[in-house]
Amino acid sequence: MLVYLARRIVFGAVVLLGTSLITFFIAFVIPADPAVAMAGAKADPQTLATIRHELGLDQPLYVQYGRYLDRALHGDLGRSYIRRQSVTALIASRFPATAILALSAMVVSLILGVIMGAIAAVWHDRPIDHVLLLLSLALVSMPVFWLGTMLLIAGGLYLRDFPLGGFDGARSLVLPTITLALGSAGYYSRILHTNLVDALGQDYVRTARGKGLSPARTTFKHAMANALLPLVTLAGLDLAGLLSGVVLTETVFDWPGIGRLAAEAIFNLDVPLIMGTVLFAAFLIVAANLAVDLLYLWLDPRIRLEQAP
Amino acid sequence: MTPRRRINWMELTGGLMVAGLIAVALLAPLLAPHDPTRAVAPTYGNPGPPSAAFPLGTDELGRDVLSRIIYGARISLTVGIAAVLVTLAIGVTIGLGAGFFGGATDFLLMRFTDVMLTLPGLLLAMALVTVLGPSLLTILIVIGLVSWTQIARVVRAESLTLSQRDFVIAARALGAPPRHLIVRHLLPNVMPIIVVMAALGTSGTLLLDAGLSFLGLGVPPPAPSWGRMIEEATIYFRTAPWLATFPGLAIFYAVLGFNLLGYGYLRRRGR
Repeated sequence: MLVYLARRIVFGAVVLLGTSLITFFIAFVIPADPAVAMAGAKADPQTLATIRHELGLDQPLYVQYGRYLDRALHGDLGRSYIRRQSVTALIASRFPATAILALSAMVVSLILGVIMGAIAAVWHDRPIDHVLLLLSLALVSMPVFWLGTMLLIAGGLYLRDFPLGGFDGARSLVLPTITLALGSAGYYSRILHTNLVDALGQDYVRTARGKGLSPARTTFKHAMANALLPLVTLAGLDLAGLLSGVVLTETVFDWPGIGRLAAEAIFNLDVPLIMGTVLFAAFLIVAANLAVDLLYLWLDPRIRLEQAP
Repeated sequence: MTPRRRINWMELTGGLMVAGLIAVALLAPLLAPHDPTRAVAPTYGNPGPPSAAFPLGTDELGRDVLSRIIYGARISLTVGIAAVLVTLAIGVTIGLGAGFFGGATDFLLMRFTDVMLTLPGLLLAMALVTVLGPSLLTILIVIGLVSWTQIARVVRAESLTLSQRDFVIAARALGAPPRHLIVRHLLPNVMPIIVVMAALGTSGTLLLDAGLSFLGLGVPPPAPSWGRMIEEATIYFRTAPWLATFPGLAIFYAVLGFNLLGYGYLRRRGR
């Protein structure tokens, strides 16, 4: 068990190291000259050279990367060129809005997905299964930003109780959450359907039925327990996809979160902010996957009892 | 590997939808009632609602929305399919390499895949397109670079099991070089799954391209792209909701068609 944990943590660290290399590479390729960005286009060469020296841009690449990594490990992601604020502080101020949106979307999509998937699996190959199948594929096929725009239109015309933009209380959360959640809900329902149909055909389910347990009990207690497990992993992995959706949803609804911060940074070629937000997103995903691994220890006794190799 | 049942309703519907889309793209000049890039309605500055002359309305420049959507099918299909080819080229190479050679190669390639999986694809694509400048070629390459991970994993898993099959082991024992084993024995057998991943991948690249266009990072104007039509329509969402509605329905239709095709095949094979 300890070996399992240690392996997962080392793995997460390696992934983050790889991510930092990729973001550093992107920043290096970006044509914007940070010195010019800071001092303005009319600055004289002397000033530019001074700024470059101060930023360490005259050092060899591996030294720059080493410094960047060292500072990132200490929570210092540099300063935004455009906003002239610490990247860490900017991310910290925007994170709550994104966290609330992402979490509520994840909860809604899991609940919807599990209900749809369970109904489809119990009535496998009946009409309701096919209807739900089509519905889930329709949800997966909708462009997030279009769904958001449609909800804005509907909101402007019919649902006047819901604010059309910005983050202002629980009501403002409703439309962005629906926008972000529906796609994942369709995806989760497909996965749960497959897993549950598979689990219902297993020997242990047949045994449970054979010893006289009711169909409902075997389905929800025995088969569901095993069908839900892979969904936990997927929800963790899917955070990467969810964060992509966050960028679009936040743009549509003018949501003051990290997604919009990142989009702004990219349009302004604000290199430290781009690196910071991408690295932070990767950190979130690695952390979520680690949390999933920990959850597995509790959910799946097979791992807990596994002998160290 | 052989399909268990005959073609199901999902594959049939999806296939018809995709065929319809391809037909619209090919026959765009015949089908479109107007020139998609020219002002044909005298409604400068104000979008016009759907009418008998313009069934889907006109945009703020007086251009016919229906014609723009019809021509947009060309852009979207080109980007969607070409980007999937780039994605497949990267994903299949990495997946086959990892699955066939195993060991250290497999370990390194798969850890690299894991790193790519933790990066939010859209953010990475946005950063890359901004750096390289939006053009058709850039967008194809960038979409390929951020979407190959799924395909690589699936192809690796398939070729890993295939490498242990008797016919591969026999060929190897007879002294067949790696190139022969990969091209002659592995590739034909992973082909069915590659075709499925191509269909599902196209729905992914269509959505990614639409998202990039919506953020202003798609194929540059004046080519009518569905994603950008929605982006341009957002400021009129109160006064002219049809402007954002119809291009979105077009994206939805195209993505759903490819998804039905891919998932239908997977379901037939009992996955």
